[in-house]
Amino acid sequence: MRTPNEIVADALAAIHGCADLQALEQVKAGYLGKSGQLTDLLKSLGGMPAEDRKIAGARINEAKQAVEAALKDKREALQQAELDRQLAAETLDVTLPGRGLGRGGLHPVSKTLSRIQALFHSIGFEVATGPEIETDFFNFTALNIPEDHPARAMHDTFYLQSGELLRTHTSPVQVRYMQKHQPPLRIIAPGRVYRCDSDVTHTPMFHQVEGLWVDENVSFADLKGVLADFMRNFFERDDLPVRFRPSFFPFTEPSAEMDIGCVICGGEGCRVCSHTGWLEVLGCGMVHPNVFKHVNIDTERYIGFAFGLGVERLAMLRYGVDDLRLFFENDLRFLKQFQ
Amino acid sequence: MQFSEAWLRTLVNPALDTRALAHALTMAGLEVEALEPAAPAFSHVVVAEILSAEKHPDADRLRVCQVDVGESSPVTIVCGAPNAAAGLKVPCARPGAKLPGIEIKVAKVRGVESFGMLCSTKELGLPGDATGLMLLPDDAPVGEDFRAWLNLDDTLVTLKLTPNRADCLSIAGLAREVGAVTGAEVRLPQIEAVAPTIQDAVRVQVDAIEACPRYLARTVRGIDAQAPTPRWMAERLERSGIRPLLAPVDITNYVLLELGQPMHAFALSRVQGGIQVRMARAGEKLELLNGQTAELAPDMLVIADANCPLALAGIMGGQASSVEKFTVDVLLEAAFFAPAAIAGRARRLGLSTDSSHRFERGVDFAAVRQAMERATRLLIDICGGQPGPVVEATGELPRRDPIVLRLPRLARVAGVALDPDAVACGLRALGATVERRDDSLVVTPPTFRFDLAIEEDLIEEAVRLYGYDAIPAQPPAAPSRMLPQDETRVHDDALRASMVGLDYQEVITYSFIDPAWETALDPAASPLPLANPLASQLSAMRTTLWGGLLETLRHNLNRQQERVRIFELGRAYVSLADQPMKLAGVAYGNVVPEQWGALARRVDFHDLKGDLERLFGQALEVRAATHPALHPGQCGEILIDDRVVGRLGALHPRLVQAFDLPAAPMLFELDARALMWRSLPRHAGLSRFPQVRRDLAFVLDIRYPAGELIAALREAAAPAIREIAVFDDYRGKGVPESQKSLAIRVVMQDTQRTLTDQEVEDAVHKLVEAAKRHCQASLRA
Repeated sequence: MRTPNEIVADALAAIHGCADLQALEQVKAGYLGKSGQLTDLLKSLGGMPAEDRKIAGARINEAKQAVEAALKDKREALQQAELDRQLAAETLDVTLPGRGLGRGGLHPVSKTLSRIQALFHSIGFEVATGPEIETDFFNFTALNIPEDHPARAMHDTFYLQSGELLRTHTSPVQVRYMQKHQPPLRIIAPGRVYRCDSDVTHTPMFHQVEGLWVDENVSFADLKGVLADFMRNFFERDDLPVRFRPSFFPFTEPSAEMDIGCVICGGEGCRVCSHTGWLEVLGCGMVHPNVFKHVNIDTERYIGFAFGLGVERLAMLRYGVDDLRLFFENDLRFLKQFQ
Repeated sequence: MQFSEAWLRTLVNPALDTRALAHALTMAGLEVEALEPAAPAFSHVVVAEILSAEKHPDADRLRVCQVDVGESSPVTIVCGAPNAAAGLKVPCARPGAKLPGIEIKVAKVRGVESFGMLCSTKELGLPGDATGLMLLPDDAPVGEDFRAWLNLDDTLVTLKLTPNRADCLSIAGLAREVGAVTGAEVRLPQIEAVAPTIQDAVRVQVDAIEACPRYLARTVRGIDAQAPTPRWMAERLERSGIRPLLAPVDITNYVLLELGQPMHAFALSRVQGGIQVRMARAGEKLELLNGQTAELAPDMLVIADANCPLALAGIMGGQASSVEKFTVDVLLEAAFFAPAAIAGRARRLGLSTDSSHRFERGVDFAAVRQAMERATRLLIDICGGQPGPVVEATGELPRRDPIVLRLPRLARVAGVALDPDAVACGLRALGATVERRDDSLVVTPPTFRFDLAIEEDLIEEAVRLYGYDAIPAQPPAAPSRMLPQDETRVHDDALRASMVGLDYQEVITYSFIDPAWETALDPAASPLPLANPLASQLSAMRTTLWGGLLETLRHNLNRQQERVRIFELGRAYVSLADQPMKLAGVAYGNVVPEQWGALARRVDFHDLKGDLERLFGQALEVRAATHPALHPGQCGEILIDDRVVGRLGALHPRLVQAFDLPAAPMLFELDARALMWRSLPRHAGLSRFPQVRRDLAFVLDIRYPAGELIAALREAAAPAIREIAVFDDYRGKGVPESQKSLAIRVVMQDTQRTLTDQEVEDAVHKLVEAAKRHCQASLRA
């Protein structure tokens, strides 16, 4: 009969030679299984004297533990090798691009409109809308622009054959809103407007945002404050110079045009600002009493200011677009730049 | 309006340089659009006379000239100009002169020393004939500095005047404004009456006295119309953008520029039987000075004689009665035409004249006679002649009523208190009379201001003179109330963001389209036509957004884009009352961008439907429908609460061809209102009991809509059934031809207990029965 030590030596050699888990299990059965060599050895203890049995039993157990430990180590080593193989096989080229849908994008005019709305919303302006096909009354008469007034010549109006017109500004929304709401009120009205004009710097359709604030005590100083605040936040430039010049709009008085220091050249003078260092960005003023009269608002009690700004102009300045017409050509190579 | 700075400075000369003056004007509301030097910079150029011009000994084309430059002895100058000849007066650049682009030095020209250069207009950067030397008039003073003599150190100022400031459409008016803005002293031209030396008076009859409340006429006989227009006058006209023509005409133009009063001179011999100021009669025509024959309307005011209209009042004179070279007797006209009687007429005739521009906006009705006297004086001084008396007809002139300007109101509107004395002083400088009464100023506006009628008009003037920039910019104070935030409202921005997430690029297309496209998409469409379109392809209002989107698709396909997914959120236009907001889109090309590891597959109907389901956040009820623009077998209507809210489908093959597209795009258009609201989420509790899934495969007619099978199954569904959905559509081997197999997933779960096998079997049985009864569908073996 072979000694436990000899069996262990054989077993360790056999374990060492195993290439996979299946072989290892076979080795295990050969030594520790029902009729394994060490099991047989244990079985043979029954025929030994009690004195010898104790010593021999202890040696066999030691041998078993040695084999089991070797089996465990080998199993772990084989499992690790297996895992390493799997991981190696599953290794990807992480530099390949990701898959799936692309992502669309917003039109730069939309982006600009959102930004304008968000800024005014943050100080309590709500959004109002109105129709784009308008009547002469809302587009002109109610805004204190009577028939044949020279100011109408400033608006190259598109007319429909039915007699209505395409609004030339978003100002009619003021009137429609004030017909339905009593002051105090604070609204902006974004939307499309139309002028019968098309050249390098004009498109027949463009976007405006009209603003209106009516309350018991708003003043020209407030108007200046709100608009200066807006421009500086829109361009994220706390030191942006602004100025207000007297102008004329039939529906505001006093009327003003607002200029900002040229954001392209920083006021040094460039092609964009016609070498003046200033950019005209919006028209504004205190609501004309005749406008209030059309909507039955008490001109003694309430004062209001209104403004209208051109969205494309702001978008061009903000994003450095040098050709207005690009906005409506909808060339994807252009639009994708604003994702 | 363009004017000469030097001319203005003869009337008011503030201590400001050109730029500072321009800035002051701009900040006072008279926007300076452009400043242009009257001539480019050059120096050391004098008026010279060529004493002799001999051929150059060594060059055929050169001449050696002896030139008097105003010094003790003549200088020698070699000149190549073909017209150089003795006796001519020409500009001469002396050594040291800097001309645009060149510097003049003493130099030898083919061996002859030349002390300067005789100049053409081109060499000085001036306009005019440049084929030879610039010829100066005989009275040009030899030796005098050329720039000074021609007053070339001047700036042409272009103003962009607002329509309310007609009073600034003259040098005198501008001078008054500059005085008010800068505080400089204003010296307006002193005008004295010219006594008549003959008694000829034309009879003036004003029938339309409301339209023409003041009409002045004066006969001047025996003029020389060909008398040269003085250089100073021609220069001022030219620098104001008016070309000198003939002295009498130049004089009326000059008075218009100087005083703002449009005038007219008739050839007296063409006026038969006196002047009538009346409305035009139906059918009357008039050949105007510009050669155009105007068809007159009864609301147009004319100046007529006994026979026919001679001039379109306040707009343009007639050809037949115009002053010509040989005219000897003239009739001068100065009038006040009411703005309402002139406004719009010129535009209707396609005209815009200096005269109509001023009358439409308002001319000083109190200064008409001054203008007449001024023109008479100039005419007699320049052309000679004998003036007759001024004949005048006057009706009811505009009133200038006092306006109360409440100082507290002024402070309230301005947001800052202004000094009452300064306000009064400023308004007086503008020509108003001002009286202080308690807390108010009582202001009577001047006759030349047509924009001052109510208190706000004066507030504007007060703030304007105070300076808009001097008003503080303050953040307004308002009660801090939160704005309502309706959680069930989906805003446009959120809709756009959803579309962007679905891989659609937003576009913005014109609201007006080519009506041919519109009817190609839907022959029944009747887009609203524009009365004055810019072009035929922009001549009607869109009734669908598809036209613009397809145009955009084509535009991009022509620029080598292969996958185009675009959307637009905008209105369609049906009528004044109906301008619905639409969300529409086009998907073209592969489902996903070209990429590795994904099969290239073109986007189809169900891809688009899936996009819309993700947009709505729910499965959509879509039924087969037809639309002229869509493939009849690939067109669906979207229903929400039994209402059609939009449609989707593949572009009809006929249109794919008509629009010259390589393949059919998928399109959709939705009523954006259907997306504007969503319900507020409400938590329903989670079941703790296991769910059971059964898959059923039904075989049924190949044309039978899956949606109807699902609807029938839902109708028969037991309460514990949570979900019934299609997960496969199989046709082919194993399924009879003309039939298909739809695999349906059924998920059941009770909230209170575990379902028994029997309950599950019963529920499935009911579904199978319903499918058989309603859809002739049987379970696949």
